[in-house]
Amino acid sequence: MNSPNSTQILGGRLIDPANGIDRVTDIFIHNGKIVAIGEPPEGFTAHHTIDAGGQIVCPGLVDLSARMREPGEEHITTIASETALAARSGITTLCCPPDTDPVIDTPAVVTLLLRRAKRSARARLLPIGAMTQQLAGEYLSEMVALKRAGCVAMSNGYAPLANTLVERRALEYAATFGITAILRPEDRHLRNNGYAHEGPVSARLGLPGIPEAAESVAVARDLALAEHTGCRIHFHLLSSGTAARMIEQAQQQRLQVSANVAAHQLHLTEMDIEDFDSNCHLNPPLRSLADREALRNALAKGVIGAICSDHQPLKADAKEAPFPSTATGMAGLQTLLPLTLKLVDEGVLGLSEAIARITCGPADILGLPYGRLQPGSSADICIFDPHRHWVLKREAMPSSGRNTPFIGWEFQGQVTHTLFEGRSVFQSDTSTHS
Amino acid sequence: MSKPNIQLDSHGRLKHFLTIDSLKREMLTEILDTAESFTGVSERVVKKVPLLRGKTICNLFFENSTRTRTTFEVAAKRLSADVLNLNVSTSSTTKGETLLDTLRNLEAMHVDMFVIRHSDSGAAHFFATHAAPHISVINAGDGQHAHPTQAMLDMFTIRRHKGEFTGLRVAIVGDVLHSRVARSQILALNTLGTSEVRVIAPRTLLPPDPRTLGVHIFHDLEEGIRDVDVVIMLRLQKERMTGALLPSEHEYFQLYGLTEKRLKAAKPDAIVMHPGPINRGVEMDSQVADGPRSVILQQVSFGIAVRMAVMSMTMGTQAQGAAAR
Repeated sequence: MNSPNSTQILGGRLIDPANGIDRVTDIFIHNGKIVAIGEPPEGFTAHHTIDAGGQIVCPGLVDLSARMREPGEEHITTIASETALAARSGITTLCCPPDTDPVIDTPAVVTLLLRRAKRSARARLLPIGAMTQQLAGEYLSEMVALKRAGCVAMSNGYAPLANTLVERRALEYAATFGITAILRPEDRHLRNNGYAHEGPVSARLGLPGIPEAAESVAVARDLALAEHTGCRIHFHLLSSGTAARMIEQAQQQRLQVSANVAAHQLHLTEMDIEDFDSNCHLNPPLRSLADREALRNALAKGVIGAICSDHQPLKADAKEAPFPSTATGMAGLQTLLPLTLKLVDEGVLGLSEAIARITCGPADILGLPYGRLQPGSSADICIFDPHRHWVLKREAMPSSGRNTPFIGWEFQGQVTHTLFEGRSVFQSDTSTHS
Repeated sequence: MSKPNIQLDSHGRLKHFLTIDSLKREMLTEILDTAESFTGVSERVVKKVPLLRGKTICNLFFENSTRTRTTFEVAAKRLSADVLNLNVSTSSTTKGETLLDTLRNLEAMHVDMFVIRHSDSGAAHFFATHAAPHISVINAGDGQHAHPTQAMLDMFTIRRHKGEFTGLRVAIVGDVLHSRVARSQILALNTLGTSEVRVIAPRTLLPPDPRTLGVHIFHDLEEGIRDVDVVIMLRLQKERMTGALLPSEHEYFQLYGLTEKRLKAAKPDAIVMHPGPINRGVEMDSQVADGPRSVILQQVSFGIAVRMAVMSMTMGTQAQGAAAR
């Protein structure tokens, strides 16, 4: 076990987009905090030294949406298993959606989650509170009590508010107390019983389609209510180009609106469903190539400020059924960094911008002090070897949560060390450490 | 990058019959030719050939069906196979057994072939992907995806009446959006080289861009069936009215119901087809259904020969199939 006292990380290429830093330098850590960058503070003695030569040192990743399945579904995964996976993946801050069992709609559940996290977590868990009681969309939850207990935002999970009056009231109430509302834009009626993007692939496979309008209609409604209520809203998991363009316009009109996208949405399209691959049964659905290009474009412009994993580990058999009968979702922690780095390879983003979208970008959306490396900030650090090639193998994944369409993909860039509050929470077998 | 075609074995022979998609014209023609060789069997005194003797075929129907299940059963028995009929909608799945467990249990009973109908698109693919290597899977209808044996018996009927597909104009009328039959027919007609495939329906019953299916679109029935050689009417499900896709059966019949008068727009020797069961007075009136142009009952008898052909081919006995002539 490492002593938490003092660590120095030497010779790495430090990329800290929040402070506009990209240079080879050293970091000095004491008692869980960064104390200096460049030169050690006077009298500093390192108990641990990490040689980061040839590697990239960046802030620990901030993921706006990751399900631990705890409380309620510990038979699938636990906080311990998923934060260990997060540590291996360079992620140090995880925002947990409220659709646990019980739902995160009372301070007691928040306290439970945070207590369990403290006991077993190798990353920081930040609960997102339920906007309505039981996520039922009828009565407001005690948003202020939830915020005081530790919730960083409110959302209604995957159950969009069907009643516009309830949505109006929820946003007004949240705005009163400076709470950010996270909205997954979807019109339930237009979604109907759809399973895939409404387009040529769904037409060919006979899968009932989800039209793009299911998202854009909801975005239009949510933007109108955001303007009306003055609430700060964050759109979760954009899938369509139209929605991205509408949000860009709203931002130009200085509305307090931000958006994120799941990493897989930037790489896969409806074509990947080919022959009913249930690992591509996702919510929102994989859309057209034009949508994917529009999302990449919006990401590059900063209209979309964050990439999240939307990590959803499932039971081993949840994907073993005909496509429409399978559960939606993919396990995304392990691919958050590699899929983001792939965007750099493909010329979508510069390296520093790409890192911003998974560190300070998401942190700023929720006003969190993480995802940055400066004296005084928590020593949450990800070190990765940008040249190392690796292949995502099924055997190398944990037994639950192997549900990913990226098995067999080759990636470049692999995490070698992760530090959380100054502690080493992951170190790869081949890394150098003294 | 392209994956091997799951329907073919390593020698390019038919192993499963799941969809018309990705099958070549020669393969479809081989199915039709093999079916032709089996039509004689049903007219013999002893209506059997011993091609699949000792083989066990399991009819696994998760959706109700009388016609399709019966013709598959008759086809299997004429090939001398043992037939196991399972109506699963009323048995294990209601007890919470997963489809994969159902498959494993039936495999343990040494079944050689599954004929599967299921309400999920992709169910037959799922079975073919997970079944033991010696087992063949035939899709008897999966969700809104495919119903390839129905499409092939329709092709068989068209070929019997019209000969070649090149030069033909075929119109499909009705609920293309929700129809696995239409999807498979369109693929088969195009693969076999049909000159023009038309679909005729209001936009609520068509996919968002039907041109991606390789068809010409008409919203007016008389305009759409003008000078066609074949008119295929699709069944209209009652639930289309509750889903706000259509106002009423009355208005549907007014606009898209086939009558003797409207049929005059088609070629004088045009044939009329329907996969059955017919809603008389909704898709077509009785005069047309029972009239001289209707080949609806022939479709049913040809269905047996086509299913015999597909069963013998997927079980690797098509060479002897030709010898049974």
